[in-house]
Amino acid sequence: MKIGFLHSLIRKDEKFLLEEFSKRNSELEMIDDRTIFFRIGKDKFDIDVLVERSINHSRALHALRLFESAGVKCVNTYNTATICGDKLLTSAALAEHGVPQPEVRIAFTEETAIKAIEEIGYPVVLKPAVGSWGRLLSKINDRDSAESILEHKTVLGSYHHSIFYIQKYIDKKGRDIRSFVTGDECIAAIYRNSSHWITNTARGGKAVKCEVTDEIAKISIDAAKAVGGGVVAIDLFETDEGLQVNEVNYTMEFKNSIDITGVNIPGKIVDYVIKAAKEIYE
Amino acid sequence: MLKTECPVCGADVELNDGTVKGELLECGECGTELEVINLDPLSLAEAPKEEEDWGE
Repeated sequence: MKIGFLHSLIRKDEKFLLEEFSKRNSELEMIDDRTIFFRIGKDKFDIDVLVERSINHSRALHALRLFESAGVKCVNTYNTATICGDKLLTSAALAEHGVPQPEVRIAFTEETAIKAIEEIGYPVVLKPAVGSWGRLLSKINDRDSAESILEHKTVLGSYHHSIFYIQKYIDKKGRDIRSFVTGDECIAAIYRNSSHWITNTARGGKAVKCEVTDEIAKISIDAAKAVGGGVVAIDLFETDEGLQVNEVNYTMEFKNSIDITGVNIPGKIVDYVIKAAKEIYE
Repeated sequence: MLKTECPVCGADVELNDGTVKGELLECGECGTELEVINLDPLSLAEAPKEEEDWGE
């Protein structure tokens, strides 16, 4: 069994995964997205499964499509990456599967965005549909801010920034939950504590152990299935109406969560990948 | 243990034996984030800056 490992920079997360593959004596082929090119329709790859760990979303997405086109099973799939990589598609998938999420509105012009924002009521959070690590999120508290930010996005941003993804602001009371799913199992969860309304650990949120309750496990697995399944990390809000899914991430980062949860997250991911490879021959 | 120089400040940088090509590390002296460009011969470069589509 040979496993392709698609990567660019090798961060601690990738290093942990490589160590777990090594412990299982897996045969790995390292594939750097900065050195590979594709021959569409002619590619033949000598690997059973590809595990995707590119840091660039656009490269990951297109590479997955091309590996699958060449007949390679991928973790995660192109479908999962496509849905998770776009908040609009994620929200649509969650809604179609009845998974709770905050109120979301989508608008294509400044005028309709204002109407959509005011239908939800201030404050709201405006997010780029494609983006990560909490970049360019705007909490909009009033109409003056809304008009200003929408104008800036329209004038200064690329066309992506004029697809207005508007989410009801949830008062997180200083924390949200990040859960980790492999296949049908919610393997671990952390609280991300921050005095800032953006709680991403990439933005300074502190990770604290969170017990995986039945409610966390259920909504996490439901969310994972809604986006196509695989190895994903779910961001959850605690609300008076219960848990709600904020985002689903398909190239999950976990390095700060291993010691805190006591769960060998990279080991679980590697086991999932090896199982996926074995299934090809069953 | 592998040893080389930081390409930014010239300080000694030590790498574990298990270091792999593409790995990120930080210079203990100047704090610059570095990438292992090659293992044999050992070569480091300043790591790429964050791009708009980097993330999870």
